[in-house]
Amino acid sequence: MADVIQLIDSQIDTQAVLAAVATPVAGAVVLFLGTTREFTGGRQTTSLDYEAYRPMAEKTLTELADQARSRWPIEKLCIVHRLGHVPLGEASVAVAVSTAHRSAAFEAGKWLIDSLKESVPIWKRETWADGGTEWVHPGMGPT
Amino acid sequence: MVICVKLFAAARDLAGAGELPMELPADATVAMLRRALVNRVPSLAPLLPHIQIAVDSRYAADNDVIGPQAEVAVIPPVSGG
Repeated sequence: MADVIQLIDSQIDTQAVLAAVATPVAGAVVLFLGTTREFTGGRQTTSLDYEAYRPMAEKTLTELADQARSRWPIEKLCIVHRLGHVPLGEASVAVAVSTAHRSAAFEAGKWLIDSLKESVPIWKRETWADGGTEWVHPGMGPT
Repeated sequence: MVICVKLFAAARDLAGAGELPMELPADATVAMLRRALVNRVPSLAPLLPHIQIAVDSRYAADNDVIGPQAEVAVIPPVSGG
């Protein structure tokens, strides 16, 4: 029952993510994609760049997957986070879960992405249309 | 002991390096490391209250002791996902 947890440097293959959680015992599959949004607080983003403290990111993601499995009856789970340059409209993260019934899939999927965003050591740098770039560090001003 | 501290994102930009060798006493705590970091890179001071320190890929508390073989990283507020 190995979960697929990956940090990759290329475009996320959503079909592969769905295939990773496919199982005949699931009646529900939920896929979340986090995509690069064009406007934030009135400023226009042209792209995002992600970096990670890779060993800790993988460890933390695995721990989140284990916690999710202890809380919900998850059949299969897949988390893929893209690192490096992510252009507008493309996905930076995919979280997919399959479960027998849908409430668990929705709840577990939401919990996983919410928890990922709070604790996994990955950072994004915004590149704005006006040419500026800044690290996004919640709770702090522009850096 | 010398601990090579990894820095990421804005912390790396401010320090000018992705790794800083830090000379610390043998029984140094995370709190001591925080002070040593600010002494070494004063421009890290505004970031410091928002930074977490990871020891061996786990978020550490200020009174945790850093062992001589530990892998230590400066973790600014995360923004993955």
